[in-house]
Amino acid sequence: MRKITFAAAAMLLASPAFAADAPGDAARGKQLFVDQGCYTCHGFVGQGGPGLRLAPDPLPAEAIAAYIRNPAGEMPPISAKLLPDQGVRDIQAYLASVKKPPKLADIPLLKAGE
Amino acid sequence: MAEGFDVKRRGFFGAVAAGAAGAAAATLPGSAKAQTPPAKPSVAAPSAAQKAAESEPLPAMEATLIKRSGSDYMVDVLKSLKIDYVATMPGSTFRGLHESLVNYGGNKVPELLTCLHEEVAVGMGHGYAKVAHKPMASLIHGVVGMQHGSMAIYNAWADHVPMLVMIGNTLPSEERRPGAEWAHSAQDNAAMIRDFTKWDDAPVSLSHFAESTVRAMQISTAFPQAPVAITVDGSLAEAEIAGEEPAIPKLGRASPPMGDRGALQEAAKMLAAASFPVIVLDRSVRSEAGLANMVALAEALGAAVVDKGGRMNFPSRHPLNQSTRAGAVLRAADVVIGIDANDLFGTINSYKDRIHRVSEPLTKTGVKLISLGTFGTPLRANFQDFQRYQAVDLDIVGDGETSVPVLLEMVRSAVATSTAREDRVKKLGAAWQTEYDRLRQAATYAWDESPIGVSRLVMEIYGAVKHEDWALTAPGTFLSNWASKLWDITKSYQYLGEGGGYGVGYSSVASLGAALAHKDVPGGGRIPVAILGDGDFMCAPSILWTAAHHKIPMLIVMHNNRAYHQEIMHVQRMAARHARPLAGAQIGTAITSPNIDYAMLAKSMGVSAEGPIDDPAKLGPALQRAVALVKSGQPALIDAVCQPR
Ligand code: HEC
Repeated sequence: MRKITFAAAAMLLASPAFAADAPGDAARGKQLFVDQGCYTCHGFVGQGGPGLRLAPDPLPAEAIAAYIRNPAGEMPPISAKLLPDQGVRDIQAYLASVKKPPKLADIPLLKAGE
Repeated sequence: MAEGFDVKRRGFFGAVAAGAAGAAAATLPGSAKAQTPPAKPSVAAPSAAQKAAESEPLPAMEATLIKRSGSDYMVDVLKSLKIDYVATMPGSTFRGLHESLVNYGGNKVPELLTCLHEEVAVGMGHGYAKVAHKPMASLIHGVVGMQHGSMAIYNAWADHVPMLVMIGNTLPSEERRPGAEWAHSAQDNAAMIRDFTKWDDAPVSLSHFAESTVRAMQISTAFPQAPVAITVDGSLAEAEIAGEEPAIPKLGRASPPMGDRGALQEAAKMLAAASFPVIVLDRSVRSEAGLANMVALAEALGAAVVDKGGRMNFPSRHPLNQSTRAGAVLRAADVVIGIDANDLFGTINSYKDRIHRVSEPLTKTGVKLISLGTFGTPLRANFQDFQRYQAVDLDIVGDGETSVPVLLEMVRSAVATSTAREDRVKKLGAAWQTEYDRLRQAATYAWDESPIGVSRLVMEIYGAVKHEDWALTAPGTFLSNWASKLWDITKSYQYLGEGGGYGVGYSSVASLGAALAHKDVPGGGRIPVAILGDGDFMCAPSILWTAAHHKIPMLIVMHNNRAYHQEIMHVQRMAARHARPLAGAQIGTAITSPNIDYAMLAKSMGVSAEGPIDDPAKLGPALQRAVALVKSGQPALIDAVCQPR
């Protein structure tokens, strides 16, 4: 599990109970990640861009929900009406399914000093 | 034709010119002879017979011919200014000058460049000047051409770049042909661009033309630099010159303004006494010497450098370059000096795009601010590119590159070697290393993905050019700045920065002009690299034709994310505020259905191209092939289908 950022952790503490429901569905989550526009700021595989990196090793669904509904920074708030808890769980499942990138040491183009 | 060109021609040379024109007319179009400039006339005084011939009544045929027109003289003026290029999309309002440039001027210094849109003709000059550090000219059709070209003028204005815009017009109403010529004439053509040009004039005589054009160049290249405009009256250009021609005034060499020594001394003291000085740079460096001085200043102070990226201001891998850690170093700062940085407010404050705008200083209370530069005082009021007002403790008006060597000497004598300073430099160096490693790691994410990750795109390009004399020509913001984060950028011409007015299309048109200037560098061999967004490129796809036509080598790589991506994010933000579906943000922003085939588009204009490539493994080899083509002297395009940012 990735380290929870300070912002996300603070929101998690303040968030109302997260609806316990069906486990996340990665395929649905992938579709939602595009349809709900998360990819525009976070990249198609959550690699980061104008927004932070979200995958692999995503935050727990509760922390994601808490953050996106009341973001501390420039991220636009995504209300539960747009993305209910189940959708967040699906997105979390998708982000958890994103495969790890190659090791830095195995990428010649990213060798230090090159 | 360029060297030793005699600009003091007289009417009596008309006979010689007419003879040359007659000879050219007799040859077939396209033959080498037809393109040969007229022979340089002798400078001998007219003989008595010639004088007599000129005063005699003209035979009927001669009456329909002009010996020498105002436009020939205008060409002499441009030659005297050593303007290398005039970019144009043809227009009847300047047909006289057009013809004179080609036939009388021999199409050399200046050479006419054919563009297929005025935005290209003007915008080329923007990129050209950022590399060549001198203006070129554009020749723009009256009224309508001006409207096409005006955004590119605005970009250059906001980017403090010199250029000479020449606008066709027909002032006397009785000279205008009914129809189009009336529609393309104006009382005051430059009115529509006056808010974003530094100076303009509409000369009514040749003497006036010479004086104002020379003055326009002087004003454009003085600091702060900016575009200027000269309206070329068609009737003046087309009319035969009667009598003596006015002499062409000389363009003097102007020295850039240096900041006041007393104020620089005060700045040196403040900086030397600082416990954590920070240097903010934006449009600060123009030359290798300027770059070396900037590095020396930072090193003498042990200062952290925040490069806002308006130009290539500081080596990307210098340990004092803390640009991606700007927030951290600004929070620690007790003295900040902005050098040619006109958005100091936006640098030292955070500003969040939320329903309720929140802005907070990043710097601590009591921080001392110094500004050194020539654009602290806006020249015009209407357009707001001057950014928010920022109060400073010491405002030094002077050109950064000119003033820094003096400031450096003063700093060197004021600064004492201290363990605190050495400690700070060591800590900054360690922070740089940690940051560099973090960024390399960040670049691995989405490395093998399709569409191609942007870090992968940018690093594959680096892999293909890093052993060449490469030069990036387009801004990197929409590429998450991966090049300034990870490429080893060490020379002042290797990055040209942002486009000033943020007018979309800049990257494409400026890259074309920059590539032209790189081509002209003595010794040659530079590889201009233009990584262009699809939205930007589609404003001016005809840059490809101009590059092919004029044989301008450049590597164009499409960062093809099939959208006006920035705008998707803006519309999403608006939708989110209403809790309305974000998916709708694709409407009006996505460039899909159909997808544009950029390789096919390039090939249709004579540019070798490959793509669309969405498999990252195929990108490197394609880039290698394209670089080989560019090295052989031609433009080449690779269409890479990419992740958004
Ligand atoms: C318009 C851009 C934008 C969009 C769209 C967007 N985000 Fe974000 N997101 C950001 C930014 C920027 C941040 C960084 C923190 C901040 O400024 O709020 C962020 C932060 C986050 C975080 C906190 C990460 C952490 O480690 O603290 C999560 C979780 C997140 N986003 C999830 C999502 C999801 C899920 C969606 C789609 C429903 C989404 N975002 C859509 C811009 C965006």
